[in-house]
Amino acid sequence: MRKENLSLVITGHIDHGKSTLIGRLLLETNSLTKDRILEIKKIAQELGREAELAFLTDQLREEREKSMTIDTTQIFFKSAKRNYTIIDSPGHVEFIKNMLTGASLAEAAILIVDVTEGIRDQTRRHAFIINMLGMESLIVAVNKMDRVNFKREPFEEVKAELLKFLEALKMKADFIIPISAREGANITKKDRRLNWYKGPTLLAGLNSFRPLLPSPRKPLRFPIQDIYEIKGEKMVVGRLLSGRLKEGEEVMLYPSLEEVRVNSLKIFERNLKKAYAGENVAIILDRPFLAKRGLVMAKKENPPQVCSNFKANLFWLSEEPLAVKQFFTFRCATQEVNCQIKKIEKRIDSSTLEIIAENCPTLKLNETGIVVIETEKPVVIEKFHFIEELGRFVLEENQELKGAGIIT
Amino acid sequence: MDYIEELENKSIYIIREAYQRFKHIALLWSIGKDSTTLVWLVRKSFLGEIPFPVIHIDTGFKFKEIYAFREEFVRKWKLKLLVSKNEPALAQGMGPEKGKFACCNALKTEALKATIREHNFKALLLAIRRDEHGLRAKERYYSPRDADFRWDYQHQPPELWNFYKSKIEEEEHFRIHPLLHWREIDIWRYIQREKIPVVSLYFAKDSKRYRSIGCAPCCNPIDSNADNIKKIIKELKETKIAERIGRAQDKEDTYTMQKLRSLGYM
Repeated sequence: MRKENLSLVITGHIDHGKSTLIGRLLLETNSLTKDRILEIKKIAQELGREAELAFLTDQLREEREKSMTIDTTQIFFKSAKRNYTIIDSPGHVEFIKNMLTGASLAEAAILIVDVTEGIRDQTRRHAFIINMLGMESLIVAVNKMDRVNFKREPFEEVKAELLKFLEALKMKADFIIPISAREGANITKKDRRLNWYKGPTLLAGLNSFRPLLPSPRKPLRFPIQDIYEIKGEKMVVGRLLSGRLKEGEEVMLYPSLEEVRVNSLKIFERNLKKAYAGENVAIILDRPFLAKRGLVMAKKENPPQVCSNFKANLFWLSEEPLAVKQFFTFRCATQEVNCQIKKIEKRIDSSTLEIIAENCPTLKLNETGIVVIETEKPVVIEKFHFIEELGRFVLEENQELKGAGIIT
Repeated sequence: MDYIEELENKSIYIIREAYQRFKHIALLWSIGKDSTTLVWLVRKSFLGEIPFPVIHIDTGFKFKEIYAFREEFVRKWKLKLLVSKNEPALAQGMGPEKGKFACCNALKTEALKATIREHNFKALLLAIRRDEHGLRAKERYYSPRDADFRWDYQHQPPELWNFYKSKIEEEEHFRIHPLLHWREIDIWRYIQREKIPVVSLYFAKDSKRYRSIGCAPCCNPIDSNADNIKKIIKELKETKIAERIGRAQDKEDTYTMQKLRSLGYM
């Protein structure tokens, strides 16, 4: 029963073979049903083309006809070690927001690079996004080794190029693996044509990763999600992001700095003595009127960061450029406050990784910047690598998503 | 926290977030295993009683076991049931023999449209899962639909981490999918753990059982001897057959689901 799950995003430039790799993983791990295999054959016939593994994830008619992934897809497979959720993401620049949607749900990433083409625009951009999202587990798969007769030199060339590029981003790949998704080399089994390569197969590499779990060992952080009145009793609901909470404990609400006592804890129809990171609980407080959506419960001896002026990495997702002094809604966990962008300290083109300018007036679509944000009221934040949910945020204008960022 | 608890907690967070954002909300209950699991999770989210209506789209062609189950649990769980039925189409003789596409569209999609209009619902909770169908794998947790129910799958809004979109135009509504990340086997494990009641059609009788249920004329049972949950879980671990193999509307041609779904089918 206690089998773990890891979610993994597959990224890379258009046509470098993301969807084919997924098809191959499903095929070799025996995760395909009979009728899915028949379906692929039928579609191939209808389109007058050879059956392609990519048809498995490219489900939309438009995707199959154009051989291009438009939107992110999730698929499941299992290895002997654990279950995987794979997130396929489009490689075309036009669909970068779909890629980001997929990648934001992943714990690990595969970046796929065509050995005959090397690093391209979306390779850089996707690597940048993976890095920005704070993902720590990464495999670079150098694909289409069949096109270079499985020779070592072209692989080493691309690898050298990759290492240089990753270093510039201060990123590290756990593995750089030569593969052929089409022929199934080094995916789940070794291939003698690649016997010069001594590292693990792609699946063995994935199996070595550890899934992220909410940590009860970190200090308590409980953002209030809502307040229900059930049978005349007010209950504060939300999810413990980290730490634990006990019946009878005194806790502090941030940033309002009011102290409250946890009279009791509930889940569904029973009372709890203790709640742990990851759980959604209902809390009955001694002074429930002090609770409000957006406040964060923590312990006095281990308080969160409260501030109204901070620096962050921001990825801009809107056609309309961001301008300094503009106002937005800042959303972080359940907090929602007005904010202003005070400064764009650096502007980086995510496809070339060039620092375009320092102290600039605007940030355009698909550009990243280091920005200074000032919120109207104090907010509770944390460094992304400490408590993820309090270290990531989105900016909205008229309730439309404009940008996404993390606090490092 | 184990894997199933993680799935459960993720869903409860999404359900509570939906209720926080939309007061005109309802839950779609087909009375199959997934939507019954969703009813269970929503009951859990609100510590017992669901504070909004539960809609059953009644085509008039459902299995008799489904109707019996509905009556029993509406009472036991104190559900505010809304039955959504396209009476005019039924009066004109709409049925599966008029074509699967036309029938699903009239008796399900059109019926639901009328109910949404009548009650001005802004959000619907639905129990679809990504592993059911390749097209459903493309869904977002929060998916906007226009007045005609169309799913603009080519221009879906971005959805980052757990920040869900909530802006809505006058004529739109949101489909909210709290079970998107569950697999068929996870659902059964959860049903087993939580002792959630399900319709008896799922359990084998005379070496046949239904793996997916809907309207009686369009569902076929599979060969199986799994007459309890434990055996179903074992069967699912080994099977090479897709869950919706017995569902006629998926099979008509390659893109029937895409056509149905883009018109607002569930």
